[in-house]
Amino acid sequence: MPYALEATNDFVVKFANVNGSGSASANELFARSILRMGVPVSPRNIFPSNIQGLPTWYEVRVTEKGYLGRRGGVDLMVAMNPQTWKQDVAEIEPGGYLFYDNTRALPPSAFRNDINVIGMPLTEICNATYTDPRQRQLFKNIIYVGALSALLDMDAGEIEKLFSEQYKGKEALLDSNVKALHLGRDYAKKELDCPIGLRVRRADNVGQRIFVDGNSAAALGCVFGGATVCAWYPITPSSSLAEAFIAQCRRYRVDKQTGRNKAAIIQAEDELASIGIVVGAGWNGARSFTATSGPGISLMQEFIGLAYFAEIPATIIDVQRGGPSTGMPTRTQQGDILLCAYASNGDTKHVLLFPEDPKECFDFSAAALDLADRLQTPIFVMTDLDIGMNQRLAEPFAWDDAKRMDRGKVMGFDDLEAGRQFGRYLDVDGDGIPYRTYPGTHPRRGSFFTRGTTKDAFARYSEEGPVYVENMERLLRKFETAKTLVPAPILRPAKQRTSIGVIHYGSTAPAMNEALDVLEGRGLHLDALRIRAFPFPAEVERFIAEHEQVFVVEQNRDGQLRSLLVNECGIDPARLPPVLHYDGTPITARFIIDVIAKRMAT
Amino acid sequence: MTYITKPKLHHPSLPTNRLGYTRRDYEGSVSTLCAGCGHDSISAAIIQACFELSLPPHRIAKLSGIGCSSKTPTYFLGNSHGFNSVHGRMPSVLTGANLANRDLIYMGVSGDGDSASIGLGQFAHSIRRGVNMVYIVMNNGVYGLTKGQFSATADKGSKSKRGAVNSDEPIDLVGMALQLGATFVARSFSGDKQQLVPLIKAAILHKGAAFIDCISPCVAFNNHAGSTKSFDYVREHNEALNRLDVIPERQTIEVDYEPGSIEEVVQHDGSVLRLNKLAPEYDPHDRIAALTHLQERHAEGEVVTGLLYLDPTPRDLHDHLATVEKPLNVLDEAELCPGQEALQRFNAQHR
Ligand SMILES: Cc1ncc(C[n+]2csc(CCOP(=O)(O)OP(=O)(O)O)c2C)c(N)n1
Ligand code: SF4
Ligand SMILES: [Mg+2]
Repeated sequence: MPYALEATNDFVVKFANVNGSGSASANELFARSILRMGVPVSPRNIFPSNIQGLPTWYEVRVTEKGYLGRRGGVDLMVAMNPQTWKQDVAEIEPGGYLFYDNTRALPPSAFRNDINVIGMPLTEICNATYTDPRQRQLFKNIIYVGALSALLDMDAGEIEKLFSEQYKGKEALLDSNVKALHLGRDYAKKELDCPIGLRVRRADNVGQRIFVDGNSAAALGCVFGGATVCAWYPITPSSSLAEAFIAQCRRYRVDKQTGRNKAAIIQAEDELASIGIVVGAGWNGARSFTATSGPGISLMQEFIGLAYFAEIPATIIDVQRGGPSTGMPTRTQQGDILLCAYASNGDTKHVLLFPEDPKECFDFSAAALDLADRLQTPIFVMTDLDIGMNQRLAEPFAWDDAKRMDRGKVMGFDDLEAGRQFGRYLDVDGDGIPYRTYPGTHPRRGSFFTRGTTKDAFARYSEEGPVYVENMERLLRKFETAKTLVPAPILRPAKQRTSIGVIHYGSTAPAMNEALDVLEGRGLHLDALRIRAFPFPAEVERFIAEHEQVFVVEQNRDGQLRSLLVNECGIDPARLPPVLHYDGTPITARFIIDVIAKRMAT
Repeated sequence: MTYITKPKLHHPSLPTNRLGYTRRDYEGSVSTLCAGCGHDSISAAIIQACFELSLPPHRIAKLSGIGCSSKTPTYFLGNSHGFNSVHGRMPSVLTGANLANRDLIYMGVSGDGDSASIGLGQFAHSIRRGVNMVYIVMNNGVYGLTKGQFSATADKGSKSKRGAVNSDEPIDLVGMALQLGATFVARSFSGDKQQLVPLIKAAILHKGAAFIDCISPCVAFNNHAGSTKSFDYVREHNEALNRLDVIPERQTIEVDYEPGSIEEVVQHDGSVLRLNKLAPEYDPHDRIAALTHLQERHAEGEVVTGLLYLDPTPRDLHDHLATVEKPLNVLDEAELCPGQEALQRFNAQHR
């Protein structure tokens, strides 16, 4: 008998499936039912750039302590895909478990002798119970969830409750799902050794948190933030954001009396058109946004520069992924930081927000719409595939009904009628932000001509050097103002005084928090600063100044945020050792701990 | 280059329109284009059309791409908001602006390089979406602003100023607009104000994608013998199908014409387009026949002008999207934000 792993509420289950086999909803059901038992889980979809037939994986980390980063390693593999059998079996930790369909016998060479093998004739059971091929396929997934519920000692009542919520009013479906669940569960109880060493035990660590993906969250943030124009072009991993916005507008933005829509959504012909539409709408006073990924941002460059110089509000949500179009489109990365920070030709820099999870995707998308209007410039929300396309446990969303949209400095009819001076690019109060007017406001006053930089403070044509310089310096003042408006960084001080710090941002947060706990347990103390925006608020420079060494942890090859710190804050790069993870999988606490512990030991 | 404003002194004897504005109120700053450039005549026609229609200047938004043609919005409608955007991308900016506020009139100005070369995609997609706009291409067959390279509308076999012969097939924007479902399609000539002004007026009144291809000779780079976009060539080969009168709703219409030679089309706002047919057999409501006719005449080297196609009951992008009547840019929190209660329901559904 091989050694058998023992763990309660702290293990990793990985499902190996075939794309398009209907396994996704069964796997989600599995994850949710553990949540309902009060035990946090953190699932991740690992999928290829393909619709049907290729392998997909769903990795669920069960974590009573609430560590939502990817752990690495697999304790129980549910191997449902013969195609990937070898690599799936190889991935199991020694002493771990392999659950598979043994309807067809496999030679002993297909297994390992340091793992525990659990075979169940899933196909046979299905074929004996169902005649319809589709039903056989779908219920096979539910049957294995039933078996797992017995093997892991889970409460089947929670799964039944989830079914009854899902199939409210569709009793036939409800009954057949419950039946399939028990078919699997009863078989396992009777024929298999239940439970195995891995167990789920009821806890109370989920609380009020919600389970939602970052793309839906960001879309909802745009609804609440008052976006009325959305233009997009499909690209993984951002498409589901625009699609969520479409669905949410159907729910929240249909005028009850007339049935008409309080939002305009355009699936554009490409990203040049999507950003053009966003810029046109922003120019004309509507809150507008686009959702895209790196290749889309590459195409948008010229317009982003125009919006920067012509000072037009635009919200751009970049759900980051790997390289170009054939560059790991279904893998995560923080690879667009520099691309976005300095997007376009000429001297440009842009405001970036870095949400850590769906909660901040919601908050920051709404905030971006305010910031875009306030600062009259493009605002980037830099999320990524890991946050965007995975359901994540997050604090419940909250909204203050007293909050009003910040439409920024806009002169209306009354201001103009009263003879208030209007200079479209005139800095009247030192913050670098001028007033604007919407087209159509006043019959004789306040109209202006929008163009790039060949203009003076009153938007009149000018190619004069000093006029250009004055305008460019005002834009810098505006960028300074931005530092005071963007989300401030969050400090997690070490338990002991330390001269070592660590900076991280975005989806690295859960792995980082876990790593800090472990490092602290080993007596390695670091102050941690989670940066939430660029330009960097003053606290960032102060934090670096207060530490001898500051690790910068990010998910790209070139240390892009580190470059921004060096460049914008004038910091000696030697003081910023990089911790870089960029193989397309989400960064893990184990990885961070390894690099930092090694470095601190020397 | 500096910005030149015209003195805004009104001569008391200048005629005023229904809103009390004079023609001067629709002008912009002094043009910096080459003397004699066709584009300036189109600017003048736009000014005339807006003045005659008594449009409040500030309710018009003028948008353009990049090129000599795209500079012209500075030279007309000085009391309107304008946007000189990026090369070939005016259509998307205009589309976004239109979505934000459906109550303004959108005037998109572009060049043949801007719309048929770099911006062909955006031209096509804005037309097929049915954006309610007037889309004018000032078509000179060359890139004026970058000094005379062929554009994609240059006819095959036409000669550049330096003597190079164009070997590429031309793109016919009018043909494309017809195929892509534009509900108003016209072609005109900057040298024929009589024809152009009513066409612009009719396009403005049209509630849908209205496209005007206006041949507009570039005197600096494409007005020589061997060019098919020169003043001389177009004058010689201009085949006008019809002449248009735009009759605002308030005026009574006197019927006094030969049956068959005149057609009156009532627009959605009640105004009437009176078509004086010069080619009585041409039916401006038959999209397919229009395409055939254009291609036949083009093969003969002729330039067909006039109102080529009109759908009197167009639907625009806002109709397709079923957006609310109120402009999106004035909707407030109460209308847009579902609020905390809805959010709590959302939270509950995600546990
Ligand atoms: C991205 C980009 N590429 C190239 C240019 C240079 N450029 C400016 S205007 C122009 C051609 C304009 O031609 P057209 O639209 O026919 O206008 P015209 O000057 O003839 O009226 C070009 C290529 C540019 N402004 N932007
Ligand atoms: S170069 Fe040609 S298009 Fe440009 S202003 Fe001169 S004449 Fe007009
Ligand atoms: Mg041209």
